[in-house]
Amino acid sequence: MKKDNSRRSFLKNISLASFSALALAGCNMKEIDEFLQKNFRVLSEKEKTDIIRSLEEKYKEKYDKEFHVSAKPAMEGVLFGYALDLSKCIGCRKCVYACSEENNQSREPQIQWIQVLQMEKEKGIDFAHSNIHYNPEKVPEEGYFYVPVQCQQCENPPCVKVCPVKATWKEPDGITVVDYNWCIGCRYCMAACPYGARHFNWGEPNVPAEEINTNMHYLGNRPRMKGVVEKCTFCIQRSREGKYPACVEICPVGARKFGNLLDPNSEIRYILENKRVLVLKQELNTQPKFYYFFGV
Amino acid sequence: MKNQNKKLSVLFLAFFTAMAIFSGCLNDNKIDQINTEMQSIQSDGKYTEIAVEQPPFSIGIFPCSDCHSLIEPNPARRELVEMHDDIDEIFHHDSENRWCLDCHDTNSRDSLKLASGKLLDFKESYKLCGQCHGNKLRDWKVGVHGKRTGNWNGEKEYLLCVHCHDPHAPKFKELMPEPPPVRQEDIH
Ligand code: SF4
Repeated sequence: MKKDNSRRSFLKNISLASFSALALAGCNMKEIDEFLQKNFRVLSEKEKTDIIRSLEEKYKEKYDKEFHVSAKPAMEGVLFGYALDLSKCIGCRKCVYACSEENNQSREPQIQWIQVLQMEKEKGIDFAHSNIHYNPEKVPEEGYFYVPVQCQQCENPPCVKVCPVKATWKEPDGITVVDYNWCIGCRYCMAACPYGARHFNWGEPNVPAEEINTNMHYLGNRPRMKGVVEKCTFCIQRSREGKYPACVEICPVGARKFGNLLDPNSEIRYILENKRVLVLKQELNTQPKFYYFFGV
Repeated sequence: MKNQNKKLSVLFLAFFTAMAIFSGCLNDNKIDQINTEMQSIQSDGKYTEIAVEQPPFSIGIFPCSDCHSLIEPNPARRELVEMHDDIDEIFHHDSENRWCLDCHDTNSRDSLKLASGKLLDFKESYKLCGQCHGNKLRDWKVGVHGKRTGNWNGEKEYLLCVHCHDPHAPKFKELMPEPPPVRQEDIH
């Protein structure tokens, strides 16, 4: 008998083999579907709806709660911008924890999308001498100021450029997102990000069921898996509904401002036009849409 | 300290419950009036703005006329004893040059007053603050000083100056920070 070693049969055999491997590994059909799922950006509306429905079911099973997972696209004519008043921030870290709760960040192992850097007033903005582990009785401390750092939502994001599988990209409203199902966990993006804003799930993420936020976006705060990268999305599940991000809402000193850069009447435009503004590591030409300003 | 905070929050709770019950007794017209009064602070008029909370009076202190209508007004600047001595004690707001009746009206005790002598409702206290802190008032009106919550493209809620700054001692109070991260993830 002639041995059939055409390219077609090779592919057929290998896919059969991997399917049986998957089946042997105890995967159910859903997991196989998930494994073979396309990149979010090429999914049809129908496919998106199906995937989201099955996710909602899966989460319900796991957490015993009703979930709403949105895939709402960017609004027309909106480019999000953020501004943080360095003259006001007192380093209380309330934003860090509000962010973690809103966005279902793993508590143990701990992942936090916002880091608050304590810096010496005498040295100015100086990452090399900054400290994120400050822990005094009361803040602010004499002689120090605080620089909260999260994803800077660069217009020219180096993390997007280096991703070998296009699992991360910039949306039309300027938010850089990750398709957790497409991320292969190579962490190139983490190496490329000059702001330490991307975080890797080294272990199985863990959020207590009673604390999980059931209002989710596919590209944002839905539960992540072990082995994928995650980051701030300007609370995409909130901002695309017109709401302020959680960190803006919680900040007790009102240091955090958010809005549409294309709206000349927005708070953010007022700041850019009337205040002294800076971006971090400007020399790298990442063009952050996260601005720091002095409101004084 | 913790205990005191707890006590304070219980008092606040009691106060707001009382307020809620009390405002339930007001007729609807009056409530509407309060709301519309509170909406007109945005200069371009594009977004609606509503107050988050009523002015933060100390418990049982308002209306001031409850007591003051029975007392002959004494406009002489003096140290307060018996009543409001607690405020006198913490008073730290250009205390060298100012005292109670520079902002509270001598005769109309339930009102504040501007330098011009114009009476002002407590709900509009930001106008009083703005007499000296004009640049802050300007920034506050556009949502840059102070805090806005709600919708970036729609209805927003605002706090009055006095919700964050005690008008008698306006420096923002220090806070206990939340715990530091457990992992070192240095910015590189
Ligand atoms: S909540 Fe506000 S004041 Fe506190 S650390 Fe965050 S930005 Fe700074």
